[in-house]
Amino acid sequence: MIGFQYSRAQDVADAVRQIAAEPSAKFIAGGTNLIDLMKQDVERPSRLIDISRLPLRSVEETASGGLRIGALVPNADLAYHPLIAQRYPMLASSILAGASAQLRNMASTGGNLLQRTRCYYFYDTATPCNKRVPGSGCSAIAGLNRMHAILGTSESCIATHPSDMCVALVALDATVHVAGPAGARVIAFADFHRLPGDEPQRDTTLQDGEIVTAVELPERGFSAHYTYLKIRDRLSYAFALVSVAAGLELEGDRIKDARLALGGVAHKPWRDPTAETALRGQPASQATFASAATILLRDAKGYEHNRFKIDLARRAIVRALTQAAAGTPQLQSSKKIA
Amino acid sequence: MAFIGQGLDRVDGRLKVTGGAQYAAEFRVPDLVHAVLVQSTIGAGAITGFSLAAAQSMPGVLTIITPENALKLHAESNLPQAIRAPLLQDMDVHYNGQHVAVVVAEALEQADAAAARVRVQYRRDEPITSMDAVLDQAYLPKSFRNGERPADSRRGDPDGAFTAAQVKLDAVYVTPIEHHNPMEPHATIARWDGNQLTVWTATQGISGTQQSLAALFGIDPKDVRVICPYVGGGFGCKGNTWPPATLAAMAAKLVGRPVKLAVTRAQMFTSNGYRPRTVQSLRFAADQQGHLVSMRHDGISQMSQPVLGEFAEPVGLATEMLYACPNVAVTHRLVATNAPLPTYMRAPGEASGNFALESAIDELAVALKQNPLDFRMRNYAEQDPHENKPFASKALRECYRQGAEAFGWSRRPSEPRAMRDGNVLIGWGMATSTYPTHRMAANAYVRVNADGTALVQVGTQDLGTGTYTVMSQIAADELGLPVQRIHLELGDSRFPHAPVSGGSMTVASVGPAIKTACQAVRAKLSNDGDTNVALPELLARRNMPSVEASSEAKSGEEQKRYSMHAFGAQFAEVRVDADLGEIRVSRYVGAFDGGRIINTKTARSQLIGGIVFGIGMALLEETHVDGETGRVVNANVSEYLMPVNADIPDIQAILVPNDELVSNSLGAKGIGELPMVGVAAAVANAVYHATGVRVRKLPIRIEDLLV
Repeated sequence: MIGFQYSRAQDVADAVRQIAAEPSAKFIAGGTNLIDLMKQDVERPSRLIDISRLPLRSVEETASGGLRIGALVPNADLAYHPLIAQRYPMLASSILAGASAQLRNMASTGGNLLQRTRCYYFYDTATPCNKRVPGSGCSAIAGLNRMHAILGTSESCIATHPSDMCVALVALDATVHVAGPAGARVIAFADFHRLPGDEPQRDTTLQDGEIVTAVELPERGFSAHYTYLKIRDRLSYAFALVSVAAGLELEGDRIKDARLALGGVAHKPWRDPTAETALRGQPASQATFASAATILLRDAKGYEHNRFKIDLARRAIVRALTQAAAGTPQLQSSKKIA
Repeated sequence: MAFIGQGLDRVDGRLKVTGGAQYAAEFRVPDLVHAVLVQSTIGAGAITGFSLAAAQSMPGVLTIITPENALKLHAESNLPQAIRAPLLQDMDVHYNGQHVAVVVAEALEQADAAAARVRVQYRRDEPITSMDAVLDQAYLPKSFRNGERPADSRRGDPDGAFTAAQVKLDAVYVTPIEHHNPMEPHATIARWDGNQLTVWTATQGISGTQQSLAALFGIDPKDVRVICPYVGGGFGCKGNTWPPATLAAMAAKLVGRPVKLAVTRAQMFTSNGYRPRTVQSLRFAADQQGHLVSMRHDGISQMSQPVLGEFAEPVGLATEMLYACPNVAVTHRLVATNAPLPTYMRAPGEASGNFALESAIDELAVALKQNPLDFRMRNYAEQDPHENKPFASKALRECYRQGAEAFGWSRRPSEPRAMRDGNVLIGWGMATSTYPTHRMAANAYVRVNADGTALVQVGTQDLGTGTYTVMSQIAADELGLPVQRIHLELGDSRFPHAPVSGGSMTVASVGPAIKTACQAVRAKLSNDGDTNVALPELLARRNMPSVEASSEAKSGEEQKRYSMHAFGAQFAEVRVDADLGEIRVSRYVGAFDGGRIINTKTARSQLIGGIVFGIGMALLEETHVDGETGRVVNANVSEYLMPVNADIPDIQAILVPNDELVSNSLGAKGIGELPMVGVAAAVANAVYHATGVRVRKLPIRIEDLLV
């Protein structure tokens, strides 16, 4: 870790001003990822601008029947918020599938969106990594890539986005409210994270000096037919090999509407409208689910150690849609496998 | 005999949970400065130069030690526990993550920041990063088991018997590199007073550390004092004197001030050994009735470059003695790679070897269509078939019986995939456990005071296993005093010499020394008529303030006459998602013959801990090494996976009674390593029973079961 300055932002405008004045500074809220990265010398900010005291901690109902979640609402508070648990149980479940109780207490909503990949090589400053040092090369493509992406990869990066929460947020059509030097704007969740392309150093579409102020959920929460299924090597404190957020609206035996998003498989939470289209109007059957999985995974590409994830993702999609259709979501508190 | 056998709470429990127990890095030493290790970023080659100006000019930096200005050490020492390289004695780089420099600064943060500015120039060679590519270059260890025995053994005609046999198995089993990762990383504070060295260090052997440092610095062992009252776990990685301790002492000498060197968690992956990867070829055969007729176990384990020392994983030793089989061959070979020197890790040899051995036994039982427990019973060794000696005791039959009964083994369907709960396949597996009963000479000092208190001093150490507690129980019983009145001191090399706490031998070695010293105290006061009189009363009668005695205890003829081993039976239930391949251990029973148990509570904790360790070995633990650079890529406890609470079911650990007193005067066989031996095989055998898929490598993962 290198030496750095520390200051507090008085309000959102002050935060934006401060970071505009010092582009090598970083915002800090919960710090659950940033501090680790600083200890590893991956992040070397000249200054930490502490935003943790800004008034962005409320969960409010919106006029359109949705919820507006302040960027500083801790992950744990969000997961256990009665309105979230009641109307958006897929989101609550995804949060509780992630990290550990201690981390969820510290981590913020905005920070969860902005956490960085857990690619081994990104963390090791002695190895090439295009995300850490653009143009230095990717060590994972020919290296150890069991945890890596199978969708939307590029020749410069095969890292995954590690969040569970974001998988549910993209499935639920959330939006991200940001403030910046050019004013406030709203970004559709599916457009917030980006694919690596030839600029893997950029995780999101945030512009310089922008800060996340809130995440907004529309009214529909798919609370009757949903699941968040996370497949990982151990039952807690492990990132997803594959995770699936699924939400269905059923009319009798038929799928009226569907949401399907995957985690652990790409540089962003992966949602594919064509797979959802393939589900709509079809009977809620294994055949329908399998065909949606095939469509979603049509361009999947495996590497030496993660090829199994293509097959695993297919199986997980079928299981998740089965769980959602049956109204028997995966329980994160269960110590037994479902 | 009041306290031995009770499940007493730890005598140091309160100190530990209140933070009062001081660990190596926590001692307050005036004028202390801090050292940080700089590690190589290439896998093989040599250092051609350093750029140090930027780092040297940073605030607080006192010195940067490199091979160019390091103290020359006396590297000719042949003590096995004195790790002689890499200690900045030359410019060679043998593995990625090797220590190449030490930055010393007033504050830890200053040393850390400066260490990040040290630049090293290298000449790069191509590293050998994997043993699998060079198995054809396997070689015979130079000094297997430190020369105690040959690396190979043979009885009968295993190859001939194999050829002639009716039921055969020829299979290769692979176990990965694993790291110990004790809760407390290595740390050392070193201080020189003239030519006298004091170190506070996290070690499993204060006596070995004292000898190693004396040898390496060319001073008298009497001039080295090692202090280590508490250890936050070792599992083998604190058994030797690894370079960080030596480099701390070197740094202290060079800056003329006390130096603290605390190894980071990431550095723990290249600083203090690891369980090496093994590739084990097994050729087993049985007759149609299920009698083993041939066992051949050829083990190859991964090594560093030979210049760093030698460690061979002794995978075949249990194969020699566990079953009655007339034709047995065992070999041990090494493959040199550009990796750090491997070392002992909880049940070295037995844990890795048993996975292969007990998987193969299960596979043969399947081939014979016999119940795996019946097959083991059919080949039960009534005496040690390798040494041709009787066992001092062997309650394995009783372990099988009690374990099977508690588990419900008799209800096991013989076919795989026969038990199902919705999407989940359920399987039951078992394995035998064994670990040798080791013992080394140990000394103890005992003083009984007229006020009815007693002081016991021994130069042993408590790894967190309960040594303070069980030694207090032994002294209390022998002295006839309440355990609360025994004051036990250990972890200081000024106390009477005791061996390394490794090989599960502390109770069997140190316990008898305390017992003998207590008897010597009583002998000094007792006449023929007053053996039942309390010691404080005897002191009062003689108007003496106290009485003291020192004593040594060591093994005798019994070592030659008997084969000494602890035993156990492991039973696992796994639940495997039939579609998704997720594996959970859902039920576990282990029954163990660890000899006489001094403290049932700390013993049970150790058994459960060992089983958890074994479940980690079965399903999670693996150090990943990058094939191109030889760097450990998961050098942290987030990505080096160990079980979390949610992964661990209710574990039933059964202590099978055994009152044998032949092995040593306490009848203790040692239970530190025993409980993890066989867990991986029991889980793997259960996975087979659940799914019909035989996985011959560890850890067993989701992708192995997506079929």
